[in-house]
Amino acid sequence: MAQHKVNYLQDGGEAIKLTTVDKIVNFGRSNSIWPMTYGLACCAIEMMASGGSRFDFDRFGTIFRASPRQSDVIVVAGTLTKKHAEFMRRLYDQMPDPKWVISMGSCANTGGMFNTYATVQGVDRVVPVDIYLPGCAPRPETLQYALMMLQRKIRREPASMAQRAKRLI
Amino acid sequence: MRAYKPKNDVQKKSYYNDRFYITPSLQRKTVYSDSVFSADYLSLKNIVDISESYIELDHMVIYINPEDNIKAIKHLRDIRAYDFMVELSAIDYVASKGGFEIFYELLSTTKRKRIRVKTFVKEGQAIESVNPLFRMADWSEREMYDMYGIVSNNHPFMKRILMPDDWQGHPLLKTYPLQGDEAASWYEVDKIFGKEARDIVGPELRDAACVDRYDTDRFARLGHEVPKGTPISEGNEPDTPIRYQEEGGVQLFGVKLVTPFDEIEKEQLKQRK
Repeated sequence: MAQHKVNYLQDGGEAIKLTTVDKIVNFGRSNSIWPMTYGLACCAIEMMASGGSRFDFDRFGTIFRASPRQSDVIVVAGTLTKKHAEFMRRLYDQMPDPKWVISMGSCANTGGMFNTYATVQGVDRVVPVDIYLPGCAPRPETLQYALMMLQRKIRREPASMAQRAKRLI
Repeated sequence: MRAYKPKNDVQKKSYYNDRFYITPSLQRKTVYSDSVFSADYLSLKNIVDISESYIELDHMVIYINPEDNIKAIKHLRDIRAYDFMVELSAIDYVASKGGFEIFYELLSTTKRKRIRVKTFVKEGQAIESVNPLFRMADWSEREMYDMYGIVSNNHPFMKRILMPDDWQGHPLLKTYPLQGDEAASWYEVDKIFGKEARDIVGPELRDAACVDRYDTDRFARLGHEVPKGTPISEGNEPDTPIRYQEEGGVQLFGVKLVTPFDEIEKEQLKQRK
């Protein structure tokens, strides 16, 4: 037995905090969402600005990772072409569960103004999307808002249960 | 499957006609009006057949046979000092003339003159690659193949450059629909999930602004809200009156911030009525 000297009853039981497993796991998960360094078009510039010191993504615990193996969320920032869809899906598949997708900007949401043969008409045809962020291009503040919405979503999910695999197919 | 519409006459159709628009015509001068160009023209005329030639916007334009393209461009490069190939591509004239016009844009950096060598190939006819003369032609000819399907013979790497290798069709053809053909619309689904997933993913939504009144999965009709996914048809949507948060007044710490609007009690309304 550890011989610690904590008096659990002092200060009205201040030393003891009660919570649930769900809450403590989701507290950790939602405050360390690491997005992947993955940009496709002009939205990626806004995403980079969000990561910079002016808008400061780090204060949300959001640190861009250069590997899908270390990422929790993929921000699809920009126009997804049909040629590239396969590679985006592969990167998503390489991310460990639990994982989330933010579809950033009109092009990623619906194909946007690129109503052509070469553009995927919405990334939800390829990956399951959690947050759709409108705008062309969305400001960094709105991307941060989308991230906060994702945090709220994560906090609502039961973490103690096995994660339901998100499947498009 | 999408209904097939014949697209052979797309070039003949005019989608928009401005009543007061006058098509500007560019002035075409003879090649003899410029001393440098006339010397080039006469020199090239001894080597290859030139069917048409003129000067337009300070460019000399000459039309040659497709078999002579290497000979003509080599002569222009080595003898006439046109040392720079600016651009190379094709124009789709399949509907009107049954083939493509290929153009080579040449620049002489010493003479500061530009020549456009044009030639016409029939649909399915290949042309000799100018890659040995200008390395720039490597990618341009690949693009020409990608976009129009014109094959360049003896090209070192005749492969698509922009579109994926397993793409169907050549997108810059006038007959190619802007929003893609059947193969294009399912390309990413077929590639990633396989053809059997087509039914699950569904067709592409091309009108992103489309709002379906009866789709309760994605839309809520204001004043007629129902739980998500409830099947509704015309007439059986219930009316849900719009309620506001401040109805009945807003109170903060026992202080009435907003009093409810009561039509009967208002003196001013009474007087006006």
